[in-house]
Amino acid sequence: MTDHARYTRREFDVVVIGAGGAGLRAAIEARLAGKRTAIISKSLFGKAHTVMAEGGAAAAMGNANSKDSWQVHFRDTMRGGKFLNHYRMAELHAKEAPDRIWELETYGALFDRTPEGKISQRNFGGHEYPRLAHVGDRTGLELIRTLQQKIVSLQQADQREHGDAEAYLQVFAECTVTQLLTDDNSIVGALAYWRHNGEFLVFDAPTVVLATGGIGKSYTVTSNSWEYTGDGHALALRAGATLVNMEFLQFHPTGMVWPPSVKGLLVTESVRGDGGVLRNTDGKRFMFDYVPDVFRKQYADTEEEADRWYTDPDNNRRPPELLPRDEVARAINNEVKSGRGTEHGGVFLDVSTRMSAEVITRRLPSMYHQFKELAGVDITQEPMEVGPTCHYVMGGVEVDPDTTAASVRGLFAAGEVSGGMHGSNRLGGNSLSDLLVFGRRAGLHAAAYVDALSAAPIASDDTVQAGVTAALEPLTVSDGENPYQVQADLQHTMNELVGIIRRPAEIEQALAQLEELRKRAEKVGAPGGRLYNPGWHVALDLGNLLLVSECVAQAALLRQESRGGHTRDDFPGMSAQWRQRNLICRLDANSDRESVTVTQQPIPSVPVELLELFDRSELAKYMTSEELAVLDTQEQSGDSGAA
Amino acid sequence: MSYQGKFRVWRGDHASGELTDFTAEVNEGEVVLDVVHRLQATQAPDLAVRWNCKAGKCGSCSAEINGRPRLLCMTRMNMFTPDQVVTITPMRTFPVIKDLVTDVSFNYVKARELPAFEPPKDLAPGEYRMQQIDVERSQEFRKCIECFLCQNTCHVVRDHDENKPEFSGPRLFIRAAELDMHPLDTRDDRKETAQAEQGLGYCNITKCCTEVCPEHIKITDNAIIPMKERVVDRKYDPITWLGRKIARRDQLSNQP
Amino acid sequence: MTAPVTAGSPAAPPSTAHHDRATIQENTLRTDRWWVTPLLTFIGLAAFVVYGLVRAFMNKWYWAGDVHLIAPFYSPCLSQSCVSGSSHILGQPIPRLPDWLSWVSPAMMVLILPGGFRLTCYYYRKSYYRSFWFSPPACAVPDGHKTYSGETRFPLLFQNIHRYFFYGALFVGSVLTYDAFLSLSGKDGGIGLGVGSIILFINAALIWAYTLGCHSCRNIVGGRLKHFSSHPVRYWMWGKVSVLNGKHQQWAWASMVSVVLADAYVMLVASGALTDVRIFN
Repeated sequence: MTDHARYTRREFDVVVIGAGGAGLRAAIEARLAGKRTAIISKSLFGKAHTVMAEGGAAAAMGNANSKDSWQVHFRDTMRGGKFLNHYRMAELHAKEAPDRIWELETYGALFDRTPEGKISQRNFGGHEYPRLAHVGDRTGLELIRTLQQKIVSLQQADQREHGDAEAYLQVFAECTVTQLLTDDNSIVGALAYWRHNGEFLVFDAPTVVLATGGIGKSYTVTSNSWEYTGDGHALALRAGATLVNMEFLQFHPTGMVWPPSVKGLLVTESVRGDGGVLRNTDGKRFMFDYVPDVFRKQYADTEEEADRWYTDPDNNRRPPELLPRDEVARAINNEVKSGRGTEHGGVFLDVSTRMSAEVITRRLPSMYHQFKELAGVDITQEPMEVGPTCHYVMGGVEVDPDTTAASVRGLFAAGEVSGGMHGSNRLGGNSLSDLLVFGRRAGLHAAAYVDALSAAPIASDDTVQAGVTAALEPLTVSDGENPYQVQADLQHTMNELVGIIRRPAEIEQALAQLEELRKRAEKVGAPGGRLYNPGWHVALDLGNLLLVSECVAQAALLRQESRGGHTRDDFPGMSAQWRQRNLICRLDANSDRESVTVTQQPIPSVPVELLELFDRSELAKYMTSEELAVLDTQEQSGDSGAA
Repeated sequence: MSYQGKFRVWRGDHASGELTDFTAEVNEGEVVLDVVHRLQATQAPDLAVRWNCKAGKCGSCSAEINGRPRLLCMTRMNMFTPDQVVTITPMRTFPVIKDLVTDVSFNYVKARELPAFEPPKDLAPGEYRMQQIDVERSQEFRKCIECFLCQNTCHVVRDHDENKPEFSGPRLFIRAAELDMHPLDTRDDRKETAQAEQGLGYCNITKCCTEVCPEHIKITDNAIIPMKERVVDRKYDPITWLGRKIARRDQLSNQP
Repeated sequence: MTAPVTAGSPAAPPSTAHHDRATIQENTLRTDRWWVTPLLTFIGLAAFVVYGLVRAFMNKWYWAGDVHLIAPFYSPCLSQSCVSGSSHILGQPIPRLPDWLSWVSPAMMVLILPGGFRLTCYYYRKSYYRSFWFSPPACAVPDGHKTYSGETRFPLLFQNIHRYFFYGALFVGSVLTYDAFLSLSGKDGGIGLGVGSIILFINAALIWAYTLGCHSCRNIVGGRLKHFSSHPVRYWMWGKVSVLNGKHQQWAWASMVSVVLADAYVMLVASGALTDVRIFN
């Protein structure tokens, strides 16, 4: 065993876990602040899940419609999140997104252009104006490659200046963090192993930025890759931090449903933004039947008006296909449940009737490619079959909006792993801009935290030894259960029992099954050695999946309303009382087996100057009469009620 | 619609290895990666394979299927007849780590040797103006998902490992072309760099890189040959040199 | 055989710093008939070269005077040894060669231009590197040579003169077009048209499609620009050339076949083995 516990130590100022958009942006900022920065990635450099983002990055640059502004973007974001967003995050995001996009151009990004040579912007669900900076339908790839190349350019600068490209910025590709190391509620580092040889290394560092993305792999049907096992969420919980509103999961309305091997694969929202329509098997454009009251004013009630909007958006209302994702996902789910879905359990999404083949292949090249090569469907000629797929977790690590700091000192979180920004439902396009805005802030504030630090203790050898031994456990189990089977059963449990529509009895059943799965997970075995052993890697990820799944299920059981990415069969409406509450997940200190508890916490109240961006009548749909009364008094004491 | 398919998968590490026979279920609509996953889940949990998006967007699952460099996730099983043996091997050009996983760090080292985008000093963020027709050529190269299949198939390094120090490979040639055609990149020496540092002259334009590119980037016609021609403009063509002198306008520099 | 740059990226641990590839016994695991294309290419190109050599040494049957057809392989006929009538506006600037050089036909004096153009053409390079030199014979099939330096040094460095042959090819294309128009003379003076003329026109058109779609041409007309938006005319031309260039391989073969057919047709007519079918006059 002494041989097993070998490890090497490396010293850094800032350790960024995750090499997607948020992680890379954070690392760039930390390096620019002069900090020795490590980027740890489960995959190769440049493969992170951000590449899957297709539609674009939302930023109120006003290039396509000069009426756009951060205020309108803020308003859309709050509406999309059904007013459960942390207002300050939504505000910072709307204000800073344009600068973050423009900055990418100085790194070499090449967005699609307007005739004036500015960055072109496209329509998307829930956004009042065309707002998404994009490159065809491969915007995420552009983003990740741009950030990757910026990092390379910083390394080249370090090479020139210090003779060592990795003096300040080092990428650890195919390396997985198993544990955050803490001392007295402060970060002192992280323990990780190389995936290719199973050797352990300790990062001695006073700050960690979590940028690990989401938890989609706790579901069977998901658009997420194997990496999305809730690592950051679980690491944060175990380090003593809290998660907020984990019940809110975004089921993207349009995932592929056929053939089975690609079930869940994302079909970009740009398809609808560019004119794609949804029909059931009766040929009906059913979305007109699903416009909720809160959105009635912004969405068309007739096909004619909806069709006119594409050419004359100022005098017509938007087509209901462009409702926020939660609404569309529920509608498709309902159509299929009511027997109006296709034999593969989807509905039809058609662009072939509205756009020419040439326009489709130019604007949606990777969708064309994806359907042609994986499903044998030519989307310029025939409709796609689509259905909901688990796509994004709105909940995540509870952070300070300005600094992205979690409750553990030295721990920061940005991107999908953090919570609050998107409320109960994220608008398409807000994710890429979220990564950039809060990734930068995380890097900036992690660096500032390091500057203010007087001492930097490191983890004791005992702590590390214990961590290494625990991680090697599955390799020592002979005749253990196959970790892939446990993972598949967990995914099935969550998919069937804590899916789009949730029933309390089913959630309780899920929690009981999770309990059983945890026992099985403790006994899984991974044959083979440490050398690039995927079975072992899956076994280690299981603990994280179990922890986040439990958070989702417990929070889903507690929240007695339907809002955004959380729909309760027994409480179909929104509740103004529940809007005032966040659900906070933390590790249960009293349990002998690893588990979580969920508690309620009041939501921060939105300042009146931000509330004034909305009509009072709209606010009345979300808020309690007490809140509205307070608002009325504040407005009267102010200058005027400029709604 | 399901059948039991026959597979041969290379298993081993840098020390030794061999093709191992497997029989696995194949279902309608599946791709080779689905079968590899089935092998992992049922027969060989430690079978090493890289993958991420399973949609041809991340470029992780590069390997060779029946001897041809391909993405495992974009190779549909219906390309093969049910009685056909499907042989899956790791990329040949790179050192193997284990099974289907290779050490592709060669490509990252080469990427770091190529001078990065150099932005114009007089433009602030937000002031960049570029026409769509001016960005389209570079955008084609930015579709690259870095699967490194082009690097793997290029005989310059595949068959001649000794050329690796001098030769950057097709992936980096399109990067050079992308930057040379970028409307706002201010470096003027990219053609010379491509020839002197990247080994552009090693390419004998046999087009295998283009043939294997899963993004259908016209690597040879749109990047490598234009770069070769731009090198000729600079180094071997007195007529264009003279023309530039007479016209007093340097088309080849960053003037519009 | 070691390649230092493949040592694990600096962020990878030393344990991957090896150069060992997977041990696969088979040279290639390709199961398709990958050798068919290089074989057909070899046959096609070899046939062309053989025809060209035979024809160049033939030194006769290149001018069918009564129907005004000149064989493409002998045009322009620039030597004072050319048969009467076969030289046109360019005259006969090359003096009659001494007897010991009498085997040098007028064809050899001009074939250097189209021959060099095709020899240094980016498409032909691909095809003969693959089919004649096996470097490589097909993708993921091993190179037939122990060492490889590509086009980095003499003699292959000279492939870079392709654009000069392109300028030459512009001249050849013009001459062949002129020849086609010249053949429109009727047997009784005035205008006439025969199958031979149609063949010459088709050949000239295919030669132009091949010549103008050349990669060097694409670079010269606009490809070398950084900002298309400032040069709308050159951008337009670049677009047209790019369309031709996309099918450069097809044009290369089509024009190679057509030039042989046109030449052979004229040869047969000139030798009297065939009579040009006249459509009128």
